[in-house]
Amino acid sequence: MSSPNENLYRMRAFKNGIAMVFACAATGFGLLWLVWILITTVVNGAAALGPALFTEMTPPPGTPGGLANAFYGSLLMSALALLVGTPIGLMAGVWLAEFARHTRLGMVVRFINDILLSAPSIVLGLFIYTAFILPVSALTNHQVGFSALAGGLTLALLVIPVVVRTTDEMLQLQPGTLREAALALGVPQWKMTLQIVLRAARAGVVTGILLALARITGETAPLLFTAFGNQFWSSDLLKPIASVPVVVFQYAMSPFEDWHALAWAGALVLTLFVLTLSLLSRLILLRDRSY
Amino acid sequence: MTDNSQALTTVMATAPHAGEARSARDHRHDLWFRRTVCGAAMVVLGLLACIAGSTLWGGAEAFRTFGLDFFTRTDWDAVAGRFGAVVPIYGTLVTSFLALLIAVPVSFGIAIFLTEVAPPWLRMPIGSAIELLAGIPSIIYGMWGLFVFAPFMGEYLAPWINDNLGAIPGIGALFQGPPLGIGTLTAGIVLAIMIMPFITSVMNEVFRTVPSQLKESAYALGGTTWEVVWDIVLPYTRSAVVGGVFLGLGRALGETMAVTFVLGNAHQLSASLLMPSSSIASVIANEFSEAYTDLHRSSLIALGFLLFVVTFIVLACARLMLMRLSRKEGL
Repeated sequence: MSSPNENLYRMRAFKNGIAMVFACAATGFGLLWLVWILITTVVNGAAALGPALFTEMTPPPGTPGGLANAFYGSLLMSALALLVGTPIGLMAGVWLAEFARHTRLGMVVRFINDILLSAPSIVLGLFIYTAFILPVSALTNHQVGFSALAGGLTLALLVIPVVVRTTDEMLQLQPGTLREAALALGVPQWKMTLQIVLRAARAGVVTGILLALARITGETAPLLFTAFGNQFWSSDLLKPIASVPVVVFQYAMSPFEDWHALAWAGALVLTLFVLTLSLLSRLILLRDRSY
Repeated sequence: MTDNSQALTTVMATAPHAGEARSARDHRHDLWFRRTVCGAAMVVLGLLACIAGSTLWGGAEAFRTFGLDFFTRTDWDAVAGRFGAVVPIYGTLVTSFLALLIAVPVSFGIAIFLTEVAPPWLRMPIGSAIELLAGIPSIIYGMWGLFVFAPFMGEYLAPWINDNLGAIPGIGALFQGPPLGIGTLTAGIVLAIMIMPFITSVMNEVFRTVPSQLKESAYALGGTTWEVVWDIVLPYTRSAVVGGVFLGLGRALGETMAVTFVLGNAHQLSASLLMPSSSIASVIANEFSEAYTDLHRSSLIALGFLLFVVTFIVLACARLMLMRLSRKEGL
């Protein structure tokens, strides 16, 4: 019929075609990098993987060794971080969901928490350095400086916002009838919150803790100057301690081939651990929903 | 039934005070419970102020010594004790800007693909793959950047960029330099790959909040997929999309490990994107544990304070914009 109309249609179809090709290409492009990174990590890491990795200490260059002390240090500091961070996060989350759902103060805390959630971790390290390491060092006459305790506290600061956010969200999802039923039976509010609402939201809350653990597992920057690092096995909370990400960083930046291999192995273990944690948390949530 | 109610009346008759005492006790416990959880929330609130305060206090010596010069000087000399923040600030801004330049269009494309183009069975796997990858520790990105991407960059990309873009008048200076592999451009690309999953998942999420009646009406009027995305989905979600981009910017500004590996930690100001540089986070990561003078340490903490303030502003904007969409949803 009229050719201007046809031209317009063709133009629009053409534009749409370009956009669709672009969308597909972008997806391919995005996945390409990510797959490339994963493959590199697996290939390089698998080459250095072995039982020695988990049983031997971090070696000087040129000798074989493992990352046993670094794994132990990471484990210790993560445990400490969860021990300190989870209760505070849980309680703050409970307050937000149960007591301050629509209040102005609640909004402010939620807003600040969201900012803490993505605040640069290296600044948190600087905070612990000036607010914890320096005073403690001054009090103990410079006997205690960089320490596992400081590292654990830094990681706890990263745990808190994640736990607050998920606890708040998961508790808000619980139906109000659940609370009313409990209160109508004369259950005090604290019992209702802890034994009924929190229990109903258990899967979601556990997911939050797992996600927090995943987040601190690979955290490197703030540990560089809070836990510092240690070539040897240490379980003293007041002494510097090794951790996997810091060792991976130092070994990767070194010029030695065998240190590079160890760094890749450490990187692979970190990646697998983090991916397992996030898969696990997904599974827990999925199973919870199917009930 | 009668037995029960009789028993109940007996209990109530014999122990009226027990019931009162119990309710008073419950009330007291509730009060304490409420105070405890409120205290925890105030800890969260106080943390932010403490972080800002302590870094400001730690950086006070640098601010006192250099004054506003701290933000205008380009020299960074630990031996002579002269510290200026221009190079790290410039490096942080340029790498983050490059990262956004690459990551935003790609994330937009992936989000379109996931919400409008891909067949439903493909959405879940790709969507969750991207979300899983958002959780990979940034140090892995850094290592990959150092060992795999930087050599690739030095070998193939940098010479090509040098030959083809370096000759363009005006912007050519940006693309001239030795093919080192590490440098501002490499760091920008690694950062882009890192923040892409974040931005994609925000966009993907907000695109899904668009009411399907809106989209279906547009399709029914004969709109193409692109027209629906550009004229319906994007205007509806505009503020949240900008919020997602800002969230990515916040990540990029404060990212340490992915950048430290490939930026080169050089304290020279250079126009070329192929030259090594430094960012605020990478300078702190590289030098803090080795800083021996108080002034050096204080200058690094002052940089940290600056980083915190900037990311705070960016992230606050991001949250406000994301909140605007959820308010619209609530109506």
